[in-house]
Amino acid sequence: MERVPILKIGDILLVSIQVDMSDQTAVQLQEDLAERIVATGSHGVIIDITALDIVDSFVGRMLSAIASISKVLDAETVVVGMRPAVAITLVELGLSLNGIRTALNVERGMELIAAARADEWHEADGDEDAETTATS
Amino acid sequence: MTAGIDLGMPATQAIRSDEDVVRVRQLVRTTAVAAKLSLVDQTKLVTAASELARNTLIYGGGGAAEVTTIDDGLRRGIRIVFTDQGPGIPDLDLALTDGYTTGGGLGLGLSGARRLVDDFDIRTGVGEGTRVTVTKWSR
Repeated sequence: MERVPILKIGDILLVSIQVDMSDQTAVQLQEDLAERIVATGSHGVIIDITALDIVDSFVGRMLSAIASISKVLDAETVVVGMRPAVAITLVELGLSLNGIRTALNVERGMELIAAARADEWHEADGDEDAETTATS
Repeated sequence: MTAGIDLGMPATQAIRSDEDVVRVRQLVRTTAVAAKLSLVDQTKLVTAASELARNTLIYGGGGAAEVTTIDDGLRRGIRIVFTDQGPGIPDLDLALTDGYTTGGGLGLGLSGARRLVDDFDIRTGVGEGTRVTVTKWSR
């Protein structure tokens, strides 16, 4: 079975899917990613599907699962590089890719993750201020 | 059902494992490119084939896909026949409903594949296996 490599770039894990994945390879990637998120403490995952010429219901479900799993592990997932024909087909197939953030390319994906983290910091700051006011 | 004459011999791919589902996708893609289907139509057909090949493996217990280039005098098309000797589908209407699954998937395989092709035919009976025929025509 082939394995999809996971690269660490700064605070982000980058997965570039370059092979036509068997279902088993897709499930393995899901497990490998969960482990790497915890092992590296990364807060962002970018999945580059530029090379994929199809996304069927199995891969779609895997992408949704990865997004949910990483969310629980305090990481944001962004899927980047979807081909137009793949997007058209996904919609007709009936897959909505719920809960998945997408961006056109890796660069925009990184911006999206950075912005999401910044928002969280703001919210955390806001909560702290509120508590201070309440106790004083 | 599918009109038109066969151009050349069908190519057959056995479906016995996960890796065979990948091989079905590759065979369908190569055939669709050779028949000059548009990129979107190639993508739709390969996606439909992937769903149906997975069904053949998971629900049918394995089987085969037969891919043929056909011609109806006006346009070319690709016909794929998926066969298995599995348990068959007891309630076909239910199996063709979006979101219905007995296998823990999303329930989009059969219904989604039907939307992605031009012609869709399914023959099944309890204990008699299942035969799904799909065709995609060039535009």
